[in-house]
Amino acid sequence: MHHADDVPALALEAVTRVHGAGHAAVRVLGPLALTVARGEFVAIMGPSGAGKSTLLSLAGALDRPTEGCVRVFGRDLAGLSRAELAALRRRTIGYVFQELNLLPGLTALENVALPLELDGSPVREARAEAQEALVRLGLGALGARFPVDLSGGEQQRVALARAFVGTRSLLLADEPTGALDSLTGELVMRQLRARCDAGHSAVLVTHDASHAAWADRVVSLRDGCVVEHATAGATRGSGGPRR
Amino acid sequence: MTIRQSLLALLATEPTHGYGLKTHFEAQTAGTWPLNIGQVYTTLARLERDGLVEAVPADDDGPRQTWRITGAGQVALASWFAVPIALDPPARDELAVKVLLAVAADREDVLAILDRQRAATLDQLQRWTRQKAEADPERELPWLLVLDALVLRAEAELAWLARCEARLAARRRS
Repeated sequence: MHHADDVPALALEAVTRVHGAGHAAVRVLGPLALTVARGEFVAIMGPSGAGKSTLLSLAGALDRPTEGCVRVFGRDLAGLSRAELAALRRRTIGYVFQELNLLPGLTALENVALPLELDGSPVREARAEAQEALVRLGLGALGARFPVDLSGGEQQRVALARAFVGTRSLLLADEPTGALDSLTGELVMRQLRARCDAGHSAVLVTHDASHAAWADRVVSLRDGCVVEHATAGATRGSGGPRR
Repeated sequence: MTIRQSLLALLATEPTHGYGLKTHFEAQTAGTWPLNIGQVYTTLARLERDGLVEAVPADDDGPRQTWRITGAGQVALASWFAVPIALDPPARDELAVKVLLAVAADREDVLAILDRQRAATLDQLQRWTRQKAEADPERELPWLLVLDALVLRAEAELAWLARCEARLAARRRS
């Protein structure tokens, strides 16, 4: 799919999400505006219940906003049919869930190749690309294993590899590094950074500041809204070594 | 400070002259703590006085005195490596003092103070992370390890700020 350069990868415009109705209504998100440019890597942080996962579900068309508009590469998700949304998820959005949703009956390689095959890629090509994605995440030797034979951290990386393959250029990842040791987490962040430097876009929900720091921009949520900190400005102290 | 032990550790690897000790120390600690050459010479003099290093007799009249570690120096060095460093509270932690006083005074802008600090610390964390991204893990291992230490401390500070916010929120609800 070709996107005009000035169209953001993701735009949430005056979005709110309310659960329940009447007296029981609870606003879990918004009003909120967020734009992610092409090639931009944005991290979302904030305490539990601040609305991080809700935001990501709206961006990934897994949920609909109560008010406002969500656009992915300029297309208003509210105007898309189910078939168009499914195609968007296969071709444009890579989503990594907290629950990884790997298919237990398929090997790691088959799991990663699946979205490509569903989208019509010949099996051999799909598996070659899937293998490449596994190698980049340090899993080149584990493609033949079934999810049950992988550690939690390995399963997370398989889920990431599955979100990386194909033409998808907007990655939405919800705590994809929770089960990773610190060096493996860094490997994943290097991959994400490299993808965004190559023009892809990513939104990462994380509790881990050292992972969020790989992003171009860190957005903090509190009570469903973006925390507007006046930019940090001048700081006291030297800020440590520089080279 | 640890200049004594650092010089012993360097001399245990190979006999070196004073200026070499300065350059080796700075290379192996990624230039994080520059050494004053005067400090190196006064420390060497004290180490010699204490019998932990000795001057290597010169074959020629080279301009630089080479030093080597003694048996007593090896023992002192081994005990330094063997004993862990105590985690003392920082002498004067300005951030902690600022937050504690803001909480005690029940200032309305406590959350804003926390937010500004978080933004500043995140900025710094992002700068160090970019430097990590650019560092070569093979050739620049000391530098990467220094950055890891800085990143983890920044992370601890951010976790503490989040904890402050959570405790303040819990107090507001009760």
